Amino acid sequence: MIDFLNSVIVLLNFIIIPGITYGSQLAIGALGVTFVYAILRFANFAHGEIMSFGAMITILFTWFFQSQNIGLGILPTALIALPIGIVATIILCIISDKFVFQYYRYQKSVPVVLAMVSIGVMFVINAIIRIIIGTETIKFSDGQKFIMKAKQFKVMTGLNEGLALKSSQVITILITIALLTFTFWFLQKTKTGKSMRAFSDNEDLALLSGINPDRVVFITWVIVGVLACVAGTLYGLDKSYKPIIYLNLVLPIFASAIVGGIGSPFGAVVGGYVIAFSEIMVTYAYKKFFVYILPSSLEPSGLVQLLSTDYKFAVSFSILVIVLLIRPSGIFKGRVL
Amino acid sequence: MNFEKYEWVAIAIMVSLFIFVGFIQGWSVSLVILNMCIISAIMTMGVNISWGYAGVINFGVMGFLAMGGLAAVIVSYPPITESWKAGGTGIGVSFILLVILVTAVMYINKTVTDKKNRYIFNTIFIIFGILVIRHFYLDATESIEDVNPAIAGFLGGLGLPIIFSWIVGGFFAAGVAFIIGKVALGLRSDYLAIVTLGISEIVVSVLKHEEWLSRGVKNVIGLKRPVPYEINLQNTDWFINLITYLNSSKLNNIVDVSDRQQVLNNLIIDGSGIFVKLSYAVLFLIVMFIIFYFANKAQLSPWGRMMRAIRDNETAANAMGKDVVKQHLIIFVIGAAIVGVAGAMLVTLDGLFTPSGYRPLRFTFIIWIMVIVGGSGNNLGAIFGGFVIWFSWIEAAPLTTFIINQLTAGLEPTNALKLHLLDSVPYFRYLFMGLILLLILRYRPKGIIPEKIRHS
Repeated sequence: MIDFLNSVIVLLNFIIIPGITYGSQLAIGALGVTFVYAILRFANFAHGEIMSFGAMITILFTWFFQSQNIGLGILPTALIALPIGIVATIILCIISDKFVFQYYRYQKSVPVVLAMVSIGVMFVINAIIRIIIGTETIKFSDGQKFIMKAKQFKVMTGLNEGLALKSSQVITILITIALLTFTFWFLQKTKTGKSMRAFSDNEDLALLSGINPDRVVFITWVIVGVLACVAGTLYGLDKSYKPIIYLNLVLPIFASAIVGGIGSPFGAVVGGYVIAFSEIMVTYAYKKFFVYILPSSLEPSGLVQLLSTDYKFAVSFSILVIVLLIRPSGIFKGRVL
Repeated sequence: MNFEKYEWVAIAIMVSLFIFVGFIQGWSVSLVILNMCIISAIMTMGVNISWGYAGVINFGVMGFLAMGGLAAVIVSYPPITESWKAGGTGIGVSFILLVILVTAVMYINKTVTDKKNRYIFNTIFIIFGILVIRHFYLDATESIEDVNPAIAGFLGGLGLPIIFSWIVGGFFAAGVAFIIGKVALGLRSDYLAIVTLGISEIVVSVLKHEEWLSRGVKNVIGLKRPVPYEINLQNTDWFINLITYLNSSKLNNIVDVSDRQQVLNNLIIDGSGIFVKLSYAVLFLIVMFIIFYFANKAQLSPWGRMMRAIRDNETAANAMGKDVVKQHLIIFVIGAAIVGVAGAMLVTLDGLFTPSGYRPLRFTFIIWIMVIVGGSGNNLGAIFGGFVIWFSWIEAAPLTTFIINQLTAGLEPTNALKLHLLDSVPYFRYLFMGLILLLILRYRPKGIIPEKIRHS
């Protein structure tokens, strides 16, 4: 029985909690990509950089608050700076729409042109971030780092395995729950949310029924700004902020959005968790787990690892390819590609 | 080939850029930029063939370049017999097993018609096959990587002249492109972009981590050159005579013998560097012109016309009996092969293979900016885009430094803002690239040298 508990703790500590955290970050990111896709109808390659931009502004204000000795005690200061980051990100989104994307929307350009345009935007935002904050890795989480340390847990329960719970993980999960609840409530219950869904389903009919497209687009960018900034900041808070990381993060985010069914918000969230869990589960070495759960005669000799951790990144894409081959519309029927 | 007037202007601009840099920053710098420009132009032609001719998007440039680079290593690096002895059989057996597994899966796909059964059979076969292959493969790779890890630790190559790798690189990239194309070409264009981007990342991560094959992050250095080494040139009689002859008037003015020897030595050292770069440039130019010639021929041929028809109206082309899926695959593979050639050339020029150096920003998105800026569907445009964009990519840093110094001339040299801006000079090139792309897409969406509309 003790062995069984130990093995459960191992899974919880190394797979489930990191999986939920990373999955939440991907889910919020993928939700942003899906919103742009559903309303504006293009694949936004700049999304990663928008996330990075939000995180950067949050960091800058975190530093400012720290220098002013304003803090939240045990919680990271970044939480006070986050609203400012969100506002800045929304402004960035609106500006990029007004100066860049709007023109192509009025021209009714094909999606691939808009995707190219978003690459241009990606380069510009990327440059701005690097010029302002450089390329160094930045750790900006302060306050209490752990809610529960592995040692504490061992002493508390008397088990062999420890369970560590970082505060950034708990914050990520709580914020994700709040944000997702709000987003889905907004989409399902409010008039604006309903008009957005109508616009996404059938643009012509939505226009006929008097929905103002500019307003829908504006609200979309506001939501995208909020989601991107929160996702970027949470990722930075959890893993430390590194400007170049966000370009690489775009791919798992796209994978999540497509796996879940592009254009379907619920699918994007599920896709995020699917991608995160498969990345972690495929590259985790299960030796410890099997040592606890199997009788000693059957103990594995190797690491019992399906793929080395080097391939973490490749896993998400392999899943994407498999899903596209078997079920092109994603897990939850999104648009058929 | 008949060029229009503005195309001659474009060519003149390209040539004069290098002469200008040659006079301002020295011929060595100019030739370094020129060599990279030629390689970029070849990559751009590769992308342009699939995107400009047929509208097939290829965001996997980075992966195909890396495959070309791998070809350069495999062709030119001398074979490491010890590694072959240690793990050659294991690798061979796993390769044969892999071929058997793939054939088995293909056979299942052909014979089993029921969808559910097909999935079940495939899953069982693949999982079982992978377990068996892993058994041989892991042992083999481990023993290969243990052979003299400081300098070897991989299988090595064939030890042939590196110039052959340019062709082999094309085939490597084409092979990978064929697999990607089979899997992904049915997707809508923006999804194809994402999928190819992702698969190119997978290719690069395989090269990064499969050390037995490519030495991974430990890099392969010291690949043999197709051109002479500077140090050998400096001791060759004909080269010394050539330099003496070229600079005879300058040397004759110097009376003192030891002074004259000194000057001659310096000239020889400079000259050898330039000679080497020039020989690279000549080799690269030959490849570029061959590809340019055939790309243009193909575009004017009935096949090129069919490609344009498919690009402009897929449904109509399909109705005319053209096999759109097959043609898409063909053009995707051809484009990737040309990129692969460029990848092998890139490694040849550097003399080293660094898998971790392949980053999408530098090797995929910049190439796409070249295509868009140059003019998709026009090969001269592709070359022009490659030249101009690479040129501005390199020259952006000195230009930015100049501009920042001008703008902040009023500030003190210790001013924090000025120092910060000067520190971030290397990042301004991203800003330029983004702005160039956005401006071209907005005001000249067909590119600087647009595709010629042919009514034939």
